[in-house]
Amino acid sequence: MCGTCGCGQGDKRVEDLHPHQAHEHADGAHSHEHDHAHEHSHTHADGITHSHLHNHEHGHNHGHSHDAAAAGATRLVSVERHILAKNDAIAAENRRDLQATKTLALNLVSSPGSGKTALLVETLKRIGDKYPVAVIEGDQETTADADRIRATGAPAIQINTGKGCHLDADLVRTGMSRLGTPANGILFIENVGNLVCPAGFDLGEAHKVVIVSVTEGEDKPLKYSGMFAASGLMVVTKTDLLPHLDIDIDRLIDNARRINPTIGVLKLSAKTGEGMDRWIHWLETARALRLATD
Amino acid sequence: MHEVSLATALINLVHEQAAAARARRVTRLVLEIGTLSHVDAHALRFAVDVVALGGPAEGATLEILEPEGTAYCLDCETSVAIAARGASCPRCGGVKLLVQGGDEMRLKEMEVV
Repeated sequence: MCGTCGCGQGDKRVEDLHPHQAHEHADGAHSHEHDHAHEHSHTHADGITHSHLHNHEHGHNHGHSHDAAAAGATRLVSVERHILAKNDAIAAENRRDLQATKTLALNLVSSPGSGKTALLVETLKRIGDKYPVAVIEGDQETTADADRIRATGAPAIQINTGKGCHLDADLVRTGMSRLGTPANGILFIENVGNLVCPAGFDLGEAHKVVIVSVTEGEDKPLKYSGMFAASGLMVVTKTDLLPHLDIDIDRLIDNARRINPTIGVLKLSAKTGEGMDRWIHWLETARALRLATD
Repeated sequence: MHEVSLATALINLVHEQAAAARARRVTRLVLEIGTLSHVDAHALRFAVDVVALGGPAEGATLEILEPEGTAYCLDCETSVAIAARGASCPRCGGVKLLVQGGDEMRLKEMEVV
């Protein structure tokens, strides 16, 4: 897909931090009409090159044939590949680049309205001037979240997935190339609010962090098990609301551990600041581990 | 939407593999979609049919194998079969299970002409 001109995808957009009139395709003016899949790279006026796959359907039938096809014989081709192999390959490139710059990347996943952005804003206020940070914001529409992040002074880029329900590795790669990776620091990737699809799409992050607010009930981990199974840490937010709710927070934690016995748990309120110190400590420990290892 | 993304990724992979095998047409796809994966086989089937339209895999038969979930129970230290994530160990009733299999999403093989 093309995160720049949108060809092949239509409604996916990565915010342009350096607006320009037109972008040049390195392979010349490519036609969108030809009918076969091909991959190419193109270079923008700002020097950023990225490659992408055009998925053009291949509809023509030739009269000539080769090999087994000559006899019209059916053959079995063994493939044995993950359906998302392409996404995983791009995620591996992202991971390599993040490792090379000693950047800790976290993929923040949750339902809509869990308080991800509020948590990020409070987090950036506490660590934004201590070491490099940057934020990739995924949402179906609007740049509202990136605007909230930028108001803290931290660099941010908005990716709008249009009708898409998750970020994929290629969108994040484009975001990373435009935003730049915060070397020796932390890259926060705020995924689209959705507890289903983002579980399956590796972005190249070091950890998935699943965020659940206390208003969501104890059964979330059981209902959306894939996400809790894929996450290394669960952050329970909005604990300031606990006096008004019937939620049994221990049961929420038990349910998460039932899905993923090794998941870490933190409880906090971005509003009152309760528990924020432990979260910051977790981030700094994870960053220290990234810095300490190749 | 999710299944459409997966179907698109799958059909791209199929086109790539078909071109490498110099195939004109793809007549059958065999997938492995584990019962613990986050994919709905019915929705995927529909999405694949739509995404494949106009390409060499249009009309291909879709065979979906659904391997059962397997997990290692940390309490009784045994590999067991489970129907869903979060299920208790069928042997000892323990709840600390590490999923080992059943979350596959693979294109296993394809039949081409």
